[in-house]
Amino acid sequence: MLKIKDLQVSINGKTILRGLNLEVNKGEVHAIMGPNGTGKSTLANVIAGKPGYHIDKGEIIYKGKNILEMPPEVRAQEGIFLGFQYPVEIPGVSMTNFMRTAINEHRKYKGLDPMSAGEFLKLMKEKQKLVEIQAKLTNRSVNEGFSGGEKKKNEIFQMAMLEPNLAILDETDSGLDIDALKIVANGVNKLRTKENATIVITHYQRLLDYIVPDFVHVLFDGKIVKSGGKELALVLEEKGYEWIKDESSK
Amino acid sequence: MKEEEQNNILDEVTQSDYKYGFVTDIEMETAAKGLNEDIIRYISMKKNEPEFLLEYRLRAYRKWLTMKEPDWAHLKIPPIDYQDIIYYAAPKEKKELSSLDEVDPELLETFNKLGISLEEQKRLSGVAVDAVFDSVSVKTTFSETLEKQGIIFCSFSEAVQNHPELVKKYMGSVVPYGDNYFAALNSAVFSDGSFCYIPKGVKCPVELSTYFRINTAGTGQFERTLLIADEGSYVSYMEGCTAPQRDENQLHAAVVEIVALKDAEVKYSTVQNWYPGDKDGKGGIYNFVTKRGMCKGSHSKISWTQVETGSAITWKYPGCILLGDNSVGEFYSVAVTNNHQQADTGSKMIHIGKNTKSTIISKGISAGFSNNSYRGLVKISKRAENSRNYSQCDSLLLGDKCGAHTFPYINTANSSSIVEHEATTSKISEDQLFYCQQRGIDTENAIGLIVNGYAKEVLKQLPMEFAVEAQKLLSVSLEGSVG
Repeated sequence: MLKIKDLQVSINGKTILRGLNLEVNKGEVHAIMGPNGTGKSTLANVIAGKPGYHIDKGEIIYKGKNILEMPPEVRAQEGIFLGFQYPVEIPGVSMTNFMRTAINEHRKYKGLDPMSAGEFLKLMKEKQKLVEIQAKLTNRSVNEGFSGGEKKKNEIFQMAMLEPNLAILDETDSGLDIDALKIVANGVNKLRTKENATIVITHYQRLLDYIVPDFVHVLFDGKIVKSGGKELALVLEEKGYEWIKDESSK
Repeated sequence: MKEEEQNNILDEVTQSDYKYGFVTDIEMETAAKGLNEDIIRYISMKKNEPEFLLEYRLRAYRKWLTMKEPDWAHLKIPPIDYQDIIYYAAPKEKKELSSLDEVDPELLETFNKLGISLEEQKRLSGVAVDAVFDSVSVKTTFSETLEKQGIIFCSFSEAVQNHPELVKKYMGSVVPYGDNYFAALNSAVFSDGSFCYIPKGVKCPVELSTYFRINTAGTGQFERTLLIADEGSYVSYMEGCTAPQRDENQLHAAVVEIVALKDAEVKYSTVQNWYPGDKDGKGGIYNFVTKRGMCKGSHSKISWTQVETGSAITWKYPGCILLGDNSVGEFYSVAVTNNHQQADTGSKMIHIGKNTKSTIISKGISAGFSNNSYRGLVKISKRAENSRNYSQCDSLLLGDKCGAHTFPYINTANSSSIVEHEATTSKISEDQLFYCQQRGIDTENAIGLIVNGYAKEVLKQLPMEFAVEAQKLLSVSLEGSVG
C-alpha cells in the first residue's frame, strides 16, 4: 500500500530525514518510535503533504502512485488520514458542518452524490458510539475549547467517519491519561480491518500495550535504524533510546 | 443554520465573476444630467409632492452647497462630478399596476435573475417585498395582509401621498438634512425608497424586505427609508442590494431613519453586494450611506445587522441614538473587502438616556489589495448614568497586500458608565488550512468554511433567508484571494 524509498527531506535548509525506507501493506499496523527531534512528525506530515517541506530525494508510492506531486486534499480523498499531534481550533465552524463538508468532498471525488442530512446524522451517531465520544463534543466548534484528551478522541472520531485506507496517528497518546488512552486505542482497534493499514507514531511503549503492532521501527537521526516485531518496543522500553544511539554509532 | 444549506453554498461557489452584472433594457424616463434647483423642482413635481417636501428638499440643497465632502475617512475617493449625474430615472409609466401580470416582463426577468421572483416570494416564504427598481417602487406585495394589522409598508412616494402627516413628523428627525454632506445631497434629491409604520402593540408577522437595484447607467441612487415602530411594536426588516456591472462608478447615497417608540423593537438587516469593480479596481459603486435609528421611548431597542461584501467604496456607520431610558442599541457587522475595494465602516452609539446599553460586534475581512477600516463612536452623555457599551472589533487578513485598521472613538461624560472595547487582528493560519485539506477540503472551500465560522456571531443574527445568501456571498467574494 505504501512504499517509501530513500526519502530525504529538509526544512529551511536543514535536513531532517536522511534516506528513509518503509513499506506498509494492507492489514498491517506499524509503530514508529524514537526520541524527540528525529523526524517522526516530519515523516507523518510529508506523507500527508503538508506544505513547507522540501523533498530532496526519494519517493513515496501509495497505491502504486507517486504522491509527492499530489495536493494534500487529494491525498486525503485517496484515503490517507493524519491524526494530528496538535489539532488546530477552527472557531465558529461546527464539527458537524466540518465533517459533512469533508465527507461530501470525499464522495464528490469518488463520483458520488452528497450524503443526505438524515444519512449523515445516522453515520455520526454510529461513529460516536464506536469511539466513545460524547455527542456534545460534535456539536461544538472544531476543537474549540476541547481538552487535550477530547482533541485526540476527536481525531479518532474523524478517522472513524472518513474510513481511511492508511491512517497515520502522530503521537496520539501524548497528553492522554490512561482512561483516554484506552478509549483512543479501542477506537483504533475497532477500526482495524484487513483492508486498511495504520502507522502509529509514538514516543512511549505504553500505547503499544493497547494497540498491538505487527512491526516496530526505530527512527533515529532521520533514518529507520532498527525494525522488528512488537517485542522490539519492550526492549526499547527496558534499555531506552541510548541503546539505539550506541547501536547505530557502532 | 442548516448544515445542508451551508454545504450547498460551498458547492455552488464556482464562478468568480460578479453574477448580477446585466442591464435590463426597458424604457426609462430620465431627467437631464446635473443638479440645480430646477432639477429638484422637477423631481418634486414629477412625484406630485406636497409643498413642505419641496421646501425640505430646497433647504437641504442650499445647505449642501455650503458643505464639503468628508475627508476624514480612511478612503481614497476619486473626485465626483455631481453635475455629471442623472438625479431622476423612472421606468416609463404605462398605467397603474393592479396585479403582477401587468408588471413589465423584462422587469420580472431581472428580478428572476436576482433570484427574488415576486411570484415565488408571494407564494412561498411569507416575506413581503417592496421592490425598488431604480427610483420608483414597482410592486408591493403582501400589503393587503399587512393592512389588516394596520401596518403600513409601501414606497416612500406612496407614503408621501397617503400619509403625509407621518412623513412630515418623522422625516429628518433622526438624520437631519444638514447631518453630513451625503445626507444633505440625499435630502435634496431622494427619489424613492421604503416606508414602514407599525402601529401600537403590533408584532409584524412577516419579515419585511426590500431589494434595491441600481440599473440605469449614470444614475445615482438616492434611497430614502423611514421606519417607525410605535409603542410596544416589533418589526424585522431586511434590505438586499445588488447592481449590474458597469465601468463607470456610480454614486449611491441613501438615508435610512428608524424611530422606535416606547417598548418597540426594530431589527434591521442588510446584505449588500453591489458591484465592487473589477479585479483592477475599475468601476464599482460608491456606497455613501447614512443609517441611524433613534430609540425614542424607554425600553426600546434597535438592532442593525449588516453583511457588506460589495461596492468599490463603502462609507457607512449605522448607529443608534439611545434617548429613552433603558433603551438598547446593537450593531453586528461583517465587512468583506477584496481586490481594490475600500471600506470605512462601523457604528455610532450615542447614549443619552439612563441605563442604556449598546453592543458593537464588527468582523472585518480583508483580502487582495483592499483596505478595511472599522470606525466607531461610543458617546456617553452626562445624563446617561449606568450606561454600558461593549465593542468587539475583529479583523481577519487574507494575504499580505491588504490592510485592516481600527479607529475607535470613546467619549464618556459620567463615571457610572462602563465602556469595554476589544480588538483582535488575525490571519487564517496555514495550520488551519492544512487541517481542512487533510480532511479532503480544498483551499477555496476551506477559506469559505473558516471565514463563515469567523463571521458566525454576526451571521446568526440574520433572518434565515438572508443568512444563507450572506454565507454564499462571503465565499464568493473571497474567491481567488489566496493561493
